[in-house]
Amino acid sequence: MLSKKRKAYIGGMKAAMYISTGITAVFVIFLVAYVFIKGIPNISWELLSTKPSYISGNIGILPDILNTIYIVLTTLIVVIPLGVGAAIYLTEYAKNKKIVGIIEYAAETLSGIPSIIYGSVGMLFFCEFLGFRKSLLAGAMTLVIMNLPTVMRTTQESLKTVPQSYRDGAFGLGAGKWRVIRKVVLPGCVDGVITGCILSVGRILGESAALLFTAGFAHALNGIIDGLSSPGASLTVALYVYAKEQGEFGIAFAIAAILMILTLLINLSAALVSRYFMKKRKF
Amino acid sequence: MNDIMTAKNLNLWYDKTQALKNVNITIPEKSITAFIGPSGCGKSTFLKTLNRMNDLIPTVRITGEISYNGQNIYDSTVDVNELRREIGMVFQKPNPFPMSIYDNIAYGPRTHGIRSKVKLDEIVEQSLRDAAIWDEVKDRLKKNALGMSGGQQQRLCIARALAVKPKILLMDEPTSALDPISTLRIEELAIELKKSYTIVIVTHNMQQAVRISDNTAFFLMGELIEYGETEKLFSQPEDKRTEDYITGRFG
Repeated sequence: MLSKKRKAYIGGMKAAMYISTGITAVFVIFLVAYVFIKGIPNISWELLSTKPSYISGNIGILPDILNTIYIVLTTLIVVIPLGVGAAIYLTEYAKNKKIVGIIEYAAETLSGIPSIIYGSVGMLFFCEFLGFRKSLLAGAMTLVIMNLPTVMRTTQESLKTVPQSYRDGAFGLGAGKWRVIRKVVLPGCVDGVITGCILSVGRILGESAALLFTAGFAHALNGIIDGLSSPGASLTVALYVYAKEQGEFGIAFAIAAILMILTLLINLSAALVSRYFMKKRKF
Repeated sequence: MNDIMTAKNLNLWYDKTQALKNVNITIPEKSITAFIGPSGCGKSTFLKTLNRMNDLIPTVRITGEISYNGQNIYDSTVDVNELRREIGMVFQKPNPFPMSIYDNIAYGPRTHGIRSKVKLDEIVEQSLRDAAIWDEVKDRLKKNALGMSGGQQQRLCIARALAVKPKILLMDEPTSALDPISTLRIEELAIELKKSYTIVIVTHNMQQAVRISDNTAFFLMGELIEYGETEKLFSQPEDKRTEDYITGRFG
């Protein structure tokens, strides 16, 4: 039989847990609901498909949507080969385990640095030193540096899950190292690479501080080539500009709602992709 | 019978621990040679020196010589990939690649430059037939190899090794993860294969050595204690330690 004191204690702990779960859930639901209620009424086809004009007073976020897409694509095109390549080198080739350890530790630290620091370094290095000025390219390069550790580490971790016995089997057949990696090791860890990339896309979408300094605030409608060389606001930066500098809170919340829907979609697809590959491989 | 491989004064260290001490052995062609001995005696390590699989472990240091067809395989001019093609390996745990049965077998030939579909089809069928598994898998060549049973997977791995047309097949306790019936099938297969290949097999199971091998080598603490015809080694061992081991006094 439990003593009264013990019963009260268990009851109290249970209540405390319910309360903390409840508070967390309420906050999340409140946040999502608030953004949607405030934002969705402001989303219109016109907002999504036009560019802003000070003359007609029109507000449209098409340039910002395009800028976001350009930045995401450019960043991924650069960061995937770099990150995956570095991961392959560190896990499969590098002999000096001490240096590998230092690099891994540095990468982990890098991924925890506040993004505004990346922004200011990116501004000094890409915009000033390399002469990119304020442009989507400078912004994308800054995001490359920011996401490189994530892509590298997730790839490394999934390379490590490929059993050594696969490598042994392939080496035993007389395959060279690169062939073993390309045909046996890499196919075994695509899921990790893809998951890392999707997570990176999420981070790129949500990034504003690093882009404020490097990519600028312009809302010009450009193709990808012109866009990369000229300044432009991503959705998050546009949100900041509309809310803080023009007082257009309705527009800001519309953008916020769009960003939240995109983030949800990205997380969903990350989950789907990893589930798909989990089913495909059994080791 | 011609000798195909000879080890001379072979020593091997993992870092500072010596795992093989002055091993000298000659392996005859088209026969089955078994390595027996207690765990940690160096028999698997020695097997892996024969196709330089130990190269993959960075701390390994080797002195001495292993000659194959009259050439020292540790010579710097040797192409390791070509060596491993000629001296294939089957591992303790079946390790098919996570791809289709067909692609598993075709991996080796493709690695060595065979692209023609007709030729690959031919090699795949022949290798699977030689490994006595063709009838079981011919209708599901495109299915993932990981869906097969353990015994089938191991025969698939043997087929995969045969597909690159090796001269020697090294088997590292190939049946230790299998049930008795699968074990029996692999043993029958080994006896069949020795008509065309030289087989070196590491085994924990002394009955297995007696059943299938022509010669047996007994290793203990990194040394080759005794080596000779299987029948003689098991009936009249020369060394006291061999006798103690095969009569089950330790191990």
